[in-house]
Amino acid sequence: MSKVNIGKKILIANEQYALQNSRLLAEQKTLCLNVISSPGSGKTTILTKTIADLAGKLRIGVIEGDIQTDIDAQRIMATGAPAVQINTNGACHLSASQISNALEKLPLKNLDLIFIENVGNLVCPSAFELGESFKVVVLSVAEGDDKPAKYPAIFAKSKVLLINKIDLPASLADFDIEKVKAETRKLNRDIHIFPISARTGEGMSKWYDWLLKAAK
Amino acid sequence: MHETVVAQSLHEIILAEAKKQNAKPVSAKISCGVLNAINDEILRFAMETIAKGTVCEGMKLQIEHKPMQGRCRNCNKVFNVDFHQPYCIKCGNEDFELLPDAPLVLEEIELQTEQ
Repeated sequence: MSKVNIGKKILIANEQYALQNSRLLAEQKTLCLNVISSPGSGKTTILTKTIADLAGKLRIGVIEGDIQTDIDAQRIMATGAPAVQINTNGACHLSASQISNALEKLPLKNLDLIFIENVGNLVCPSAFELGESFKVVVLSVAEGDDKPAKYPAIFAKSKVLLINKIDLPASLADFDIEKVKAETRKLNRDIHIFPISARTGEGMSKWYDWLLKAAK
Repeated sequence: MHETVVAQSLHEIILAEAKKQNAKPVSAKISCGVLNAINDEILRFAMETIAKGTVCEGMKLQIEHKPMQGRCRNCNKVFNVDFHQPYCIKCGNEDFELLPDAPLVLEEIELQTEQ
């Protein structure tokens, strides 16, 4: 028997792609946001609304990650924005090599901002760096206000928390926004938190102000 | 579920090392941070499945979880952060900076040299 010291990062291949992606995005001066949430929190609706409302102010492209179908990419392209669909065929997260391929298909020179819509999942995507500038976590009020306590990793790592679907009064009655804000800030003091409704547009202007500033 | 991807990468690294040393790996020690979200049972099961029929078949995994560390913004104490009681263990201050999480690392492999 012999012991061999290795000391090697297991996800080094992913990290190398992530580094390559972040260098490419920096060269092109393109902001890239990795959007992570549970399935059904309203990620795609937030993106289509944001693209429509910021038309003429920010040139936005989207990389869509889903296990199956190109439904989301079709929704994005209906707004006129360029979109690339990645189907993971069962995998629960996007990896940096997939983003590297997708970036080649987007007109980077003509884009100020790229959204990566990750596979709906609050756990696995937080463990894979893609080369993004920041992570954005979305939590809808119907999911319950205990999520920062139950899934601390993604709330600790994100730059922005969007609390979506605040137009649902019945769900909002059981969802304590102040508790979510306080618990999230315990994990991540500097996170920006915007309660919004992508459906009605409520609260979206503060999110847009942050985006416009970050994309400069 | 991302443990399957982790197990695949781990298997590749161990296979390469086993080939280089011309030996059979019997166990490996890995370490990970909180944000790697590794479930031991799932990672072991994934590794067992992937290793079947290879020189790694039957090898054991030892998994060390490294706690998340924080630095207090009041007294500068560096401490292990408990997400359920997130405050400085020395002065009780709730305002602290999270330090970078430990990466997922293959630390060591134990090899059985063929006689």
